[in-house]
Amino acid sequence: MQLPPFQALVDRHREDVYRYLVVVAGPAEAEDAFQETWIAALRAYPRLERADNLRAWLLRIAHNKAMDAHRARARRPLPVGEPPEASTAAVRDGAPELLQSVRTLPPKQRTAVFCRSLLGMPYAELALLLDCSQDAARRSVHEGLKRLREEVQR
Amino acid sequence: MNEIERELRAAAAGLPPAPSLAGLPELAERERLLDLAYARVDSPLGPLTVAATRRGLVRIAYYGARGRDAVLEELARRVSPRMLEAPARLDEVRRELDEYFEGKRERFELPIDWTLTRGFSRQVLKATARIGFGSTGTYASVAAGAGSPRAVRAAGNALGANPLPVVVPCHRVLRTGGAIGGYTGGRERKEFLLRLEGVLS
Repeated sequence: MQLPPFQALVDRHREDVYRYLVVVAGPAEAEDAFQETWIAALRAYPRLERADNLRAWLLRIAHNKAMDAHRARARRPLPVGEPPEASTAAVRDGAPELLQSVRTLPPKQRTAVFCRSLLGMPYAELALLLDCSQDAARRSVHEGLKRLREEVQR
Repeated sequence: MNEIERELRAAAAGLPPAPSLAGLPELAERERLLDLAYARVDSPLGPLTVAATRRGLVRIAYYGARGRDAVLEELARRVSPRMLEAPARLDEVRRELDEYFEGKRERFELPIDWTLTRGFSRQVLKATARIGFGSTGTYASVAAGAGSPRAVRAAGNALGANPLPVVVPCHRVLRTGGAIGGYTGGRERKEFLLRLEGVLS
């Protein structure tokens, strides 16, 4: 099996990985997790057993790093002297409102909506990423979009 | 459902581009995760792809008919896929090559990683590396230097597959009788290098 040069993965998928982190975890977490994702991927790369679906593999790593970043931020005390209102997610978060709403979905639906609606990912690849059947992946996309629409109309 | 997807796409289109990953090679190197660094080096012979491992320079390639990607894919297969474009890691190589092409350097001092060569070919290339600036050898003389004076054709093949042209100076190997002979980067490049070194006028 032939793995492409790692730099080719960076060139091909960096924008998708970054947008995934912003949409699924938020801009602050994306900042923390972006470089970490690539280091973790580089570490695991030679042990990878298949070279198809590299994008799904990268997004799964990004997902784990985003969760790490989220936990680290939750543990971190607020800097002394910071006004309390500045610490609320809505204020420090520069992402468009609709994308922020994606983050109110359950994690699986977030990933499903992002990958399907923004990357146009085939269901086979999405099923691999979510570790579920293609039907279940389809349902996650559907449910996620439905809830998002309700959220927006509210 | 289409409406909401359209809005999502519009919102995502406004997101800023991914931040720079220029610091990635250094960070990867600190964790010993960067097996191969490569960069483009411009030269009077056109752009070169140069690649180095922790041990030293492992590959120099002209941007030829095979294209740069083919060279990089071969390196991923034969050395390691843990490779990043890291120009800073090749500053030393770039400096020595620049000096050579400007006529200010007659021998390369950078460490070489011979990973891409094997057996008799490696011996032929090492014999070739002993031919000094402005001197020439023959296919027969490098075959002899590698320990098999009669393996002239095999020596020619080894030189044709030289993974480190310019630095391992296969351009200094001519046919017995003085004809220029072939070259990995094409005959014009060989003539250019021989003129640079004062062998041809």
